[in-house]
Amino acid sequence: MSLTNERIQQRLTEKFGDVLTGFEEPFGMLTFTAQKDYNLKIMQFLFDDEELRFRFLTDVTAVHYPERKGEELAVVYHLHNFVDNVRLRMKVYTPVASPKVFTATSLYQSANWMERETYDFFGIDFVGHPNLIRILNVDEMTYFPMRKEFPLEDPMRTDKDDEMFGRGGHF
Amino acid sequence: MLDQKQHIKLPEGSIEKNTTTLNLGPTHPATHGVFQNILEIDGERIVSAVSTVGYIHRAFEKIAERRPYYQITPLTDRLNYCSAPINNFGWIMTVEKLLGLELPKRVEYLRVIIMELARIADHLICNAVMGVDTGALTGFVYLMTYRELIYEIYEEICGSRLTTNIGRIGGFERNFTPAAFEKIERFLKEYPEALKEFETLLTRNRIFMERTQGVGAISAERAMSYGFTGPNLRAAGVDYDVRVATPYSSYQDFDFSVPVGTTGDCYDRYLVRNAEMWESISIIRQAMDKLKGLPDDVYHADVPAYYLPDKKDVYTKMEALIYHFKIVMGETDILPGEVYNAVEGANGELGFYLISDGGRSPYRLHFRRPCFIYYQAYAELVKGAMLSDAIVCMSSLNLIAGELDA
Repeated sequence: MSLTNERIQQRLTEKFGDVLTGFEEPFGMLTFTAQKDYNLKIMQFLFDDEELRFRFLTDVTAVHYPERKGEELAVVYHLHNFVDNVRLRMKVYTPVASPKVFTATSLYQSANWMERETYDFFGIDFVGHPNLIRILNVDEMTYFPMRKEFPLEDPMRTDKDDEMFGRGGHF
Repeated sequence: MLDQKQHIKLPEGSIEKNTTTLNLGPTHPATHGVFQNILEIDGERIVSAVSTVGYIHRAFEKIAERRPYYQITPLTDRLNYCSAPINNFGWIMTVEKLLGLELPKRVEYLRVIIMELARIADHLICNAVMGVDTGALTGFVYLMTYRELIYEIYEEICGSRLTTNIGRIGGFERNFTPAAFEKIERFLKEYPEALKEFETLLTRNRIFMERTQGVGAISAERAMSYGFTGPNLRAAGVDYDVRVATPYSSYQDFDFSVPVGTTGDCYDRYLVRNAEMWESISIIRQAMDKLKGLPDDVYHADVPAYYLPDKKDVYTKMEALIYHFKIVMGETDILPGEVYNAVEGANGELGFYLISDGGRSPYRLHFRRPCFIYYQAYAELVKGAMLSDAIVCMSSLNLIAGELDA
């Protein structure tokens, strides 16, 4: 019998109880929020359990919500069970002031670069990561460019002198 | 990276302090794009490797946060530029999933044809270049003709060749011309011959086999742990294909098999790609047959709020003018939501994770790039191999710099 979202939710709540909140199913994918100190324990359980078998880490990324005080950064994990072909999404919120989250590199090799990328763009400090350095941006950078306080330039701005940009100024 | 002390464990029997640091890339002809690999070599044997990426990073995800949805499609072209239409459709399908759009069957079949052509274009380049990297240029020349033909087909359909920007939310920008169908028919007729010839040239070639068999092998467990997908994972023996596992577009209507390898070495990756090209040809044939029973003037869904109206309607009908204005100015309502959509890209699972807050641009868009995720295994694949194996290993993984750096 294939694994259903209800069954996964049931197994997870049995094991972790109040640690997990916000269960929902946007577009059919089971999504929940975990307390950040438990992220590794939950992934370990999802990995080891003979019924759940989430042994493929599809993706790790982060989202910045500046208006959520005390939990500005969300780390999002997408896990996949190849046998039953089920995916799930786990979110962990962490304050931007000390964005410390446990690394998943001990469970999944693939987490290594994906976490480095997440660190590079959002500044999530993955505790226990073997080599947490910038990956796509230059090493000298001191900020984390995907955060919302660094908006891209407004394409509609008019104060720019086009002549300086090779587009001819006057029509 | 270079000034850091490297802790090198020397292979048994080697003379201490006898290793050399060698920069393979980023401008080496065999590193195809911009991959820097700092190899520590003992004679010709690789002791350790460090891979560096990011030379052409251009902030795809950040730029996407400022653009209306339909303007993000051209950005996706620049990711895996060997098979740009798959990226385009992957993105468009993500938006369609968010909006809950249903497409007519003909549009889905046309998309499948284009996506499979793109897969063939990507695989043929990868395999042909693998031949070049092992010293066989002829096969490359044989197959390039057909990549050219595929580009001509794109050109007939959307007007451009490499960065296609093909497809729109809801369907295609215009209908396929008879010339496009003629070219597809010609491709179906001629390409199998060329592919057969290419296989005759390489598959049982002694030199090619010696250079690729047992090189860069990875077990199924390691491949999964490293996040391999696509042909690289299937070569290791894991039967996972997004087209079969979670069918998208209309892949459930087609009859095809998923080629699987056993050893996970470079040779198996080559074989899997070749076998996949045959499957793709068969899928295109089936799609062409299925098209015959359908009306030939349907090329988009009836979704005026998202699909740009015909230009002549814009000039004559008020409603079309309003929709045109709203779409172009990015004022169309996009529903708030959170969606992950994956397609089977030419080199693995291509995922788009999109969070919309209802605004004109995505609140957050993350792109799961198969290349980026499995390139970190490269150091493990080449460890203990010869320097020449490092080249074959790289070409057999089908690394595309545009996608790797995003």
